[in-house]
Amino acid sequence: MSTRDPYEQSYYPPVPTRLVRWMRTNWLWQFVRFLILNAKMLRMVRKH
Amino acid sequence: MAKLVILGAGIAGHTAALHAHRKLRGRHELVVVTPNRKWNWIPSNIWVGVGFMGVDDVTFDLAPVYRKLGIPLYQARATTLYPEGSDDQPLPHVEISYTDPERAGQTEKLTYDYLINATGPKLNFAATPGLGPAGHSHSVCTFDHAAETFSRLEACIQRMERGERQTLVVGTGHGTCTCQGAAFEYLFNVEYLLQRRGVRDRADLVWISNEMELGDFGMGGMHIKRGGYITHSRIFAESLYTERGVRWITKAGVKEVQDGHFHYETLDGQSHEQAFDFAMLLPPFSGTGLSAINRRGENITATVFAPNGFMKVDADYSGKPYEQWDPGDWPETYQNPDYPNLFAVGIAFAPPHAISKPAQSAKGTPIFPTPPRTGMPSGVMARQVALNIADLMTGKAEQPTRKSSMARMGAACIASAGAGMLRGSAVSMTVYPIIPDFKTYPDTGRSLRYTSGEIGLAGHWIKYLLHFGFLYKAKANPLWQVIPE
Repeated sequence: MSTRDPYEQSYYPPVPTRLVRWMRTNWLWQFVRFLILNAKMLRMVRKH
Repeated sequence: MAKLVILGAGIAGHTAALHAHRKLRGRHELVVVTPNRKWNWIPSNIWVGVGFMGVDDVTFDLAPVYRKLGIPLYQARATTLYPEGSDDQPLPHVEISYTDPERAGQTEKLTYDYLINATGPKLNFAATPGLGPAGHSHSVCTFDHAAETFSRLEACIQRMERGERQTLVVGTGHGTCTCQGAAFEYLFNVEYLLQRRGVRDRADLVWISNEMELGDFGMGGMHIKRGGYITHSRIFAESLYTERGVRWITKAGVKEVQDGHFHYETLDGQSHEQAFDFAMLLPPFSGTGLSAINRRGENITATVFAPNGFMKVDADYSGKPYEQWDPGDWPETYQNPDYPNLFAVGIAFAPPHAISKPAQSAKGTPIFPTPPRTGMPSGVMARQVALNIADLMTGKAEQPTRKSSMARMGAACIASAGAGMLRGSAVSMTVYPIIPDFKTYPDTGRSLRYTSGEIGLAGHWIKYLLHFGFLYKAKANPLWQVIPE
């Protein structure tokens, strides 16, 4: 991300910190998310 | 013995066939007509388009599966419906034209007691001059398109490896396209591939879309709870595009694609031009061109089908303005109002209107997404319609009893953002209901409890597992029915 170009598209959106990006590919944390996401999707399936 | 004919063996048609077979086995006749020899798990075509998978990984031959199940399979294209019969065949029937090489061009009339139209879309590249593989852009809509697209992308990457700078454009190729999610997935898989190949700094990536804003996905986007705020998907989408260095153009309808550049119009009525070295632009969809004839030989296509070629079902087609849209406009049983033994599921049914608010440019060009109705909703409605018809055929019911309106249906969607088991990612979304209901959920139109979204490696693992799970199910392997749609 660069803010050298103020008022351009990329100037405004929130961007993830290094910690957030690391968590997105951290296997242990992602395994926990994997279980939670599956539970969320199964909950959605049960609503049909 | 009654007879059910299913037109189409894609995700909706094949799902309907599996469930109908499970319920009708031996007691009633089931016939499937499809112009294609192979079944294709379309959500994985984006991975064929970046070389993560091959064509054989996302397809299989239909004939052995249907032989195993004992279901007659006609490799043919349905051309004309005779819902009241005709002079030479008094029973309702459908005329088919064989695409099977051994009988190519021959026609036949198939009678039916019930018929499910699951013919999917026609990829209407012709709506935009120069669009598509026969023109100057590429597509990932079919497995062979995706394979060809990867070979063109690979050539582009090799030019970057030689030091050249390239502009890659991904998005929608017409003002009324749908399936922005597929283009989104392809964009970020290309970006991920460029990173892995070490050429990302030599690529200008551009997204172009008919969405009002990023994150709309043809359903007006969605609001989710995150970090103490109720936030629209636009914010998360813009964050991802910024993080991955993608420039975006929204509110745009591509007008013409030429060699190395295309022209597009934006909602303010301005015309623009964009140069490219590689462009993957999705086409708009239309019906497959089925026509309908009544007993007197009169063409009743406009009665049975909407102007876009999709079949009319139990929806409200009055054309009411956006302010009067209601969840009740959406179909529940997918039964044709004039011919109760006709049903349409998946992309083949005519939606009553868009989900995203319609918009026209200052020049009058419609520029807004048409509603998505693929994947999970497509499978769910196909199952419910097949089970309803099975009940009608076996005398368990006199009317369809199961209802599967998209206004009371949720969807789980995994949008790949990079195919890698260790470094990949995907956006995992759940949405409930698919059609916003501002009576029940006055603030955002959807349940904040059941609507969610996040990005991470776990999403990629789930999408990868779903790929194998749905292929297993589609092959009708043991216990296929425990895998949900």
